Amino acid sequence: MRPGHGEVLLAEGDVEVAEEERALIEAFREQLDAGMWAAVPTVDKGGRREAELVRSFEEARHADRVIFFPRAAGGR
Amino acid sequence: MLLALGATAIVIVALLWEVAAPRVVAAARQRRARRRRLDDAELYDPGRERRAEQRARALLKSCVNAEEWAMYRDLGFLRVWGKSVAPVSRGRGSRLGAPYAYLIYPHKPIVAYLPQTSTLLSEYCIEFLDESRPYGSPRLPDSDDVLAKWMALTGDEERLINNANMHLPGRQVDPKQVRRDLWRLGRWERERLGRAGTSPREVSAR
Repeated sequence: MRPGHGEVLLAEGDVEVAEEERALIEAFREQLDAGMWAAVPTVDKGGRREAELVRSFEEARHADRVIFFPRAAGGR
Repeated sequence: MLLALGATAIVIVALLWEVAAPRVVAAARQRRARRRRLDDAELYDPGRERRAEQRARALLKSCVNAEEWAMYRDLGFLRVWGKSVAPVSRGRGSRLGAPYAYLIYPHKPIVAYLPQTSTLLSEYCIEFLDESRPYGSPRLPDSDDVLAKWMALTGDEERLINNANMHLPGRQVDPKQVRRDLWRLGRWERERLGRAGTSPREVSAR
């Protein structure tokens, strides 16, 4: 998510392909290093939708997509 | 003679510089600030902001369930049920505490309340600012702000609440407006339930 733009596609690929996996990991780390939070939207068996905050690529390895958004800070 | 004139000229230039330097520096600073303001104005594009909001709405719709999306589309806010249920002691033994929920508004504090009584509990002020200002503004589009709050709340409620500044209800969001929104939400749910023939918690789980 970017201000003034909304959704921006950062990287896409198949984790089974080594080169694409490297690119995904690099993009993931870049976002976390920039202070973003990463979330994976999930759907449980009952159909309830939630998000799972992830802190490493391994946690998101099998997700269809990871959404990065600016870190939460206390507002006024 | 020439040497004396040269020395006098150097002294005059030095004195003039001493007098004029602060003004020159201030003028340069003002010019830079004016240019920065113009750049910011050029960066703001209403059409781009609208397109950003459309993309944000599409992303939000793809993440939340059908009922939550309809709630946001129709009412302009989302309700998220609280996960922490603290045991409450009442005489002998204990029972689970009353469920609570949050209302998520775009670019406003998250409001915690008790659905059973519509009692407002607190406001949680939270911001998701992108200080890199990629498109001239640090603020996310409205629907992205709602989605960020929804993901943070459903993903790690405790972490979000710990990051937020907590205030009593009414500091930024008018309690009358919240109560009106809760009334609108109740009516909206009853209409939906009338069509679906299920209980509110069943519908919200979809």
